[in-house]
Amino acid sequence: MILARVVGTVVATRKDPRLVSNKLLVARPMDPHGKAEGNYLVAVDTVDAGVGERVLIVSGSSARMASGMKDCPVDAAIVGIVDQVEITQDE
Amino acid sequence: MQIARVIGDVVTTIKDANLNGVKLLVLQPLDAGGHPAGRTLVAVDAVGAGVGETVFFVRGKEASFPFHPTEVPADAGIVGIVDHWDVSVT
Repeated sequence: MILARVVGTVVATRKDPRLVSNKLLVARPMDPHGKAEGNYLVAVDTVDAGVGERVLIVSGSSARMASGMKDCPVDAAIVGIVDQVEITQDE
Repeated sequence: MQIARVIGDVVTTIKDANLNGVKLLVLQPLDAGGHPAGRTLVAVDAVGAGVGETVFFVRGKEASFPFHPTEVPADAGIVGIVDHWDVSVT
């Protein structure tokens, strides 16, 4: 899984029927210290996250194991809202 | 599978119900010489690993297999703690 910050929302009228009534958010991956890295991605939200929050994103086929995502065409799902990241070892 | 060092942990309160009770650790993958290689990631822990330990982990849907039949939504999972490793040719 990766850590990311939610930076925006996505609105889509025409989409796969299995995506109807799912919230889509734009997220920017970040390192454990909060520094942005990599490309923005669109993830389906299963935990009621909001813009500005740090979240945990599961990607690939595992995203379909998130709650309510069975057989849905998704490859990234927000499965947790991060309270705290503690780094105790140097990288 | 890949070798990594556990460098920290992640605390979440609001999360997928199937992640309840599962430990989330921050991993730094290592190269053959034991040096950091590539981006850090968050993995579920299936073996009781802790910060500072060297571990090996799987990527993909297989990360949730140790928790079967619970379908833990994870794409990286620690499946072993390394006691010792040795690379003689790099």
